[in-house]
Parts: sequence; C-alpha cells; structure tokens
Amino acid sequence: MSLLDRHIGFVEALREAGLPVSLSEDLDSVRALTSLGLADRDAVRAGLAATLVKRGTHRPTFDAVFDLYYPALLGRGSPAPSPEEPDADSHPGADGRSDRVGELREAMTAAMLAGDQQSLQTLVVQGVTELGEMRGRPSGMASWSSYNTLQQLNADTLVLRLARALMEGDEDREPRSQDLAMLTATHRVDDLRRRVESEVRRRIAEEKTPDYIARTTLRPSIDQVAFTNARRSDIDEMRRQIYPLARRLASRLAREQHARRGGPLDFRRTIRASMSTGGVPVTTRHRPRRPHRTELAVLCDVSGSVANFASFTLLLVYALREQFTKVRAFTFVDDVHEVTGEFRPGADPEETLTRLAGSARQASRWGRTDYGRALARFQEGYADAVGPRTSLLVLGDARSNYTDPRVDVLRQLVDASRHAWWLNPEHCRQWDTGDSAARDYAALVPMVECRNLVQLTEFVHDIL
Amino acid sequence: MSWFESPKDAAAQLSGAGYLTDAATATTTYLSGTLEKPLLVEGPAGVGKTELAKAVSRATGALLVRLQCYEGLDEARALYEWNYRKQLLRIQATGPDASWDSLHDDIFTDEFLLTRPLLTAIRRDEPTVLLVDEVDKTDVEVEGLLLEVLSDFQVTIPELGTVTAVRRPFVVLTSNATRELSEALKRRCLFLHLDYPDAAREKEIVLSQVPGVADRLAARLVDTVGQLRELELKKAPSIAESVDWARTLVALEVDDLDDEAVAATLGVVLKHASDQDKALAALRGHGSR
Repeated sequence: MSLLDRHIGFVEALREAGLPVSLSEDLDSVRALTSLGLADRDAVRAGLAATLVKRGTHRPTFDAVFDLYYPALLGRGSPAPSPEEPDADSHPGADGRSDRVGELREAMTAAMLAGDQQSLQTLVVQGVTELGEMRGRPSGMASWSSYNTLQQLNADTLVLRLARALMEGDEDREPRSQDLAMLTATHRVDDLRRRVESEVRRRIAEEKTPDYIARTTLRPSIDQVAFTNARRSDIDEMRRQIYPLARRLASRLAREQHARRGGPLDFRRTIRASMSTGGVPVTTRHRPRRPHRTELAVLCDVSGSVANFASFTLLLVYALREQFTKVRAFTFVDDVHEVTGEFRPGADPEETLTRLAGSARQASRWGRTDYGRALARFQEGYADAVGPRTSLLVLGDARSNYTDPRVDVLRQLVDASRHAWWLNPEHCRQWDTGDSAARDYAALVPMVECRNLVQLTEFVHDIL
Repeated sequence: MSWFESPKDAAAQLSGAGYLTDAATATTTYLSGTLEKPLLVEGPAGVGKTELAKAVSRATGALLVRLQCYEGLDEARALYEWNYRKQLLRIQATGPDASWDSLHDDIFTDEFLLTRPLLTAIRRDEPTVLLVDEVDKTDVEVEGLLLEVLSDFQVTIPELGTVTAVRRPFVVLTSNATRELSEALKRRCLFLHLDYPDAAREKEIVLSQVPGVADRLAARLVDTVGQLRELELKKAPSIAESVDWARTLVALEVDDLDDEAVAATLGVVLKHASDQDKALAALRGHGSR
C-alpha cells in the first residue's frame, strides 16, 4: 500500500467517523505532509489535525483514527528493555504471571503518580502484549482484548492505590486532600483505560485492516453519543458540554432575534435621524419588538433507563432559563415530585445532578415506571403548573410496563397548555415495541426523537 | 518569503519572543506560514490565543495589525471607508469652474481613502501579522467578507479596482467558540485548539512571565491550579490566571502557598462564588489529613 493510498484510506475513515473533510482540506493536508516530512510522528499528527479537524469535539475521534492508520510502533515494538522482562518470560507458571501483573501495576502506578506519559505508554504496550492476548481464537476473530487487560490489571483498585499515594505525597509533591486525590486518580486511570483501548485497537488493526477497526470499534464524537448507551466517562464529558452548549445556543438565539427585529416604525427617532441628511429620512428607525417568552413545565421520567437523558435536558433548559419567563420541573417514576427548587442560579452542574438523583427516590413509590399513574398524579397535585401560557414538555421513553397509559389525562393536559412536546430518547424504530406506548401518546402530542446532544440542541433551539 | 524554517525554528523563535509553545502549536504555526493559510485558534479564555499572534509579530519583526471583532462590525470598520468629509471639503474648495470629470477622478483617490485593518494588512509590502480577534463575535455577513480577503488576499474597491496583496500577511483568527463559525471559513483556515498546558510547561511560563517568583512556589502554584482544573468548575483557571496569581503572591511577598494564602488570594484565580466555595471545600482537608 503506498503512502498516498494509506492517506486516502485515512481520510475516508475520518469521513466515515463523522468528520466533514472536504477535498480542499484533503489537499491541504497532503501539502502539509510534504513540507513537514514524515520523520516526526507528532509533527505529522499536528499537521494533519490542523488541516483536517476544524472542531474541538472531533479531536478525540481524529486521534483514534490517526493511531490506527499511523501506529506508533509495529507488533510489540522494541520497548526499552526493562530488567524484569526476561524474568517474567522464564517463569511461565501461574505464580510468575501474577508476579508480573503485580510488577506492571506497580510500575503503572508510579508512572501515573509522576505523570510520566512516555513510560506509561511503554507500560501499556507491555501490558497489552502480555495480558491482552486471547489465545486459541479462530482466525478471523479479534485476538486482543482490552477487557482482559484491564480486568487483570484490576483498574478499579489502581484508582484507590494511586489516590492513596497522592494523599501521602512525597518530597516533590504536596499531599492532596482526599476528594482531590480521588478525582485526580480517577482521571488518570481513565486515561490509562483509553490508552489500553487504543493500544488494543492498534494490535487488532495489524491483523485485520485499519478500515475494519475504524468501522467497527470507534466511538462517535461526544455530541453524537446516544444518551441511552453513554458510558460514565461520556456522561462526565456531556455534563461539561452543557454550559458551553447553552451559551452557544443563547448567542445564536440573540443573533436570530436581532435579525428578525424591526417592529413598527419609530417616528420620532426616524425624524431625529433625518436631521443629519438634511431632513430626508434616508434610514428609518424601528421600535424593538418585544421578545416573546414562554412559561415552561417540564415533566421528566427519571427511571433508570432514561435518567441521564432527563437530567441533561433539565440542565440545558435551566442554563437557558432567562429565555423563559418561568420554568417548573417535575420528575416521575410512578409518582410525581417537583424539583424546581433544586436548580439555583449559579449552582454547580455536578452538584445539581447529584441532588436531582437524590430526589428521584421521592418520585417513585414502587419503583416501576407507570406513566398513567404519574400523569394522573401530576394532574391531581400540580394542575396549576399547566395554564394557557405554558408549554408542556414531557421527557421519557413512554415505556410504561404495560400499565394503562391514561391517554385521557394527557389529552386534558395538552388541551390546557399552549404547546406540548414529547421528547423520546429512543430511536424512532423502537417506538411502540414491547411495552412502549409511544404511538398512543404521539397521537396527541408531537413526539420528537432526541437521542444525542445535537438533536437536543436543535430541539431546544426550535421551541424558543 | 517564508516565516519560519521548520517547526523547531518556529518553537525557538517564539520562545525567544517570550512565548513558550508545545510541539503541536509550533508545528501548526510553521505550517500556517509555509502554506500561507490563515490560522484559526480556538480554546478557553486566557490560554494565550491573542498572545500567539503578538509573539509571531515580535519573533519575525513584522507589524501587528489588529482587527477586534464585535457585534455590528461592518465593512466600513473592517475594510475601508471613503473620507466623505474631506471629499466634501475638496469639492467646496475647487470652486464652480472645475469640470465634474476631473473632480470625480480627484476625490476617489488614495488621499481620500481611509484604510481599515483588513485593507491595511493587504496593502503593506513589509511583513505583517494580521490578527482578527474574537471572530465569533461578528455577524455572519462579516464572515463572508473575511472569506474573500482570506482566500485570495484581495479586496475589490469599485472606484479603484482590485487591490491584491503584494505580500501575504500571516493571519491569525481567534475564537472563543461562542458560536460555530461557518464551514466555508473553517475550510480556508488551519485549525489549532489551544488547551491548558501540562504542568512542566506552565511552570516555565509562570517563571518566565513573573520575575521574582521562587521555583518552589511556582511548582506549588502550578500543581494547585492543575488540581483546580480537575474539579468541574464553571470557569477553570487558565494560564493568564496562574500568571496573575503568581504576580499577586509576589506582590504580597507570600513565599509559601499554604491554606491561608490560598483562601486569601483565591479570588485572583476563580471568579465565580460557587467555584470558590467548591474549590475551598476540595482543597481543605490538606491540614486534617
């Protein structure tokens, strides 16, 4: 395979992973490569990133694809020979292996403690080589596993161990408080996890082709990750994205309202402005239009399957609360609980989410989602929340465990409100399968598929 | 002419100008000079986006032309404008006997042209660095204007004709990502995401920017700022804040960053009340270990 073919395959893989790479950017990247040369891998990475990736959120995807197509080393490479290595090879027995795992854990903890990226990478390569191989798999199946590697390294106890070391401190480092130490340790072990995963992808890509891996194992960029199958690290990342997102949305809205301004003619100011052009009204002045603000009532399903989705939507709505006159929020599982008070202006999003999760218990009586019951309870207890100026927003997957969906209650609520929407975090293919009552509800309320941050942003923008 | 010889050269020259870069920044800056493409720098506030442009101008001895963007910026402020007052004076001064043709030719000349930053940068034949600051603050129409200027480095003035750059300026655009820039503009630029530096580089930056700060204090400070960044804060402290903090501590003649000093000066680093509470709660526990 020539270098050019490789490069074109690389760009194709980027496009498939969702990065909009245009032909002119492709040409730029080749020009950049020509002037940089291929000697320095980091320079190549920087050059390609500068020409091909134009959005911060796409960078992790780019890095993953780059590691596949331009791997740092081949096979197990020739890592710096460590003194223990021959030792481990000569003891193939079970004891030798667990010793070896212990040594690796020791060395990795030390590297993470010192923040030494380079030796950590070397250790990851060693670790995957020694622990990640799955022998005896039929050809055609992937024979490397990040799960195996991380399981044997016991990543979760690594966090504790690292945190303890951070809390103790040494002559170079001040001891850290417990919370901070745990936080730092978690971040660093997450980084280790990512390294192991990317190393495993590299090893598999050597056996298969990079194209194969790029198609099957790469994760979409964070704003495309579906709420329902987000991992813990994705969730943290999404939470960090909420406020920038809200800020962008707010400035976009302000701009659009700006463009639509120009209400009725302001006679006095027009005449005043015409003075400078000798009494000829060259430019007309208009009165600003009164911005229209809605009242919002949000009703969220917070049962396990959709809790993430509900909390992100709530956070986003609250980040945008100056766009609404009033926001009231309710959570439900099979009972309804008002959470409006949990959102305080200027509060920390992480804390807010924790408090929300805590209050979810109050929204549940038997712990099984029951939309019909929740809607009825809402109408009984909080009928005043929905009035002729209110927009009603229901969030949930409409999976009601085969109970009576109480369509009549929803109809009354919809009739009482000015607008109503239903956001469903499931793909519309799955609506109305199993215990989902999506179609019944969708007949009354416009139901919108809202699976990731992009769709959520679009929706919130449209209703404002 | 090329701006930098190689990525290494770019790093060396920039650090000579007091701007310590990492490899990716140096490489991208070098590429921007070599490919003659504008450099779009994005990142959190205070990581040195604007400073990068200033450093390039200092390092290469080029003049810095700055266009500060804001909402409502228009062609007349960004590109050029006719000095109509002076034109009016000229018309009144010629008297009634001058012919219209000669007068018309006379008042649309260089003498009556007010050049604004974009045109200034294009017309200069000396090395120039054009800084378009906070480009995300402008309206979409200005972006369209930038497209013509930045892709062909030419400006069309109906009365004078097309002005083409004699010498392409080094263009840096900065953005805080308050809105997505158009794909067309991004396509024409090289993209660099500046992020918080690693601890070693940040320490070097603090040491080089703040004279009189002790090595130990700088290390301690950078470590604390690093910890603060790991907390989820509304506005994480950036390099500018670290440098300010170091300056504050030097001015107060504090030579150890103990709990008391942190509590007293945290306002320099964190600008939200909820952030300060959270940070203090997390940092406390130092003593009660």
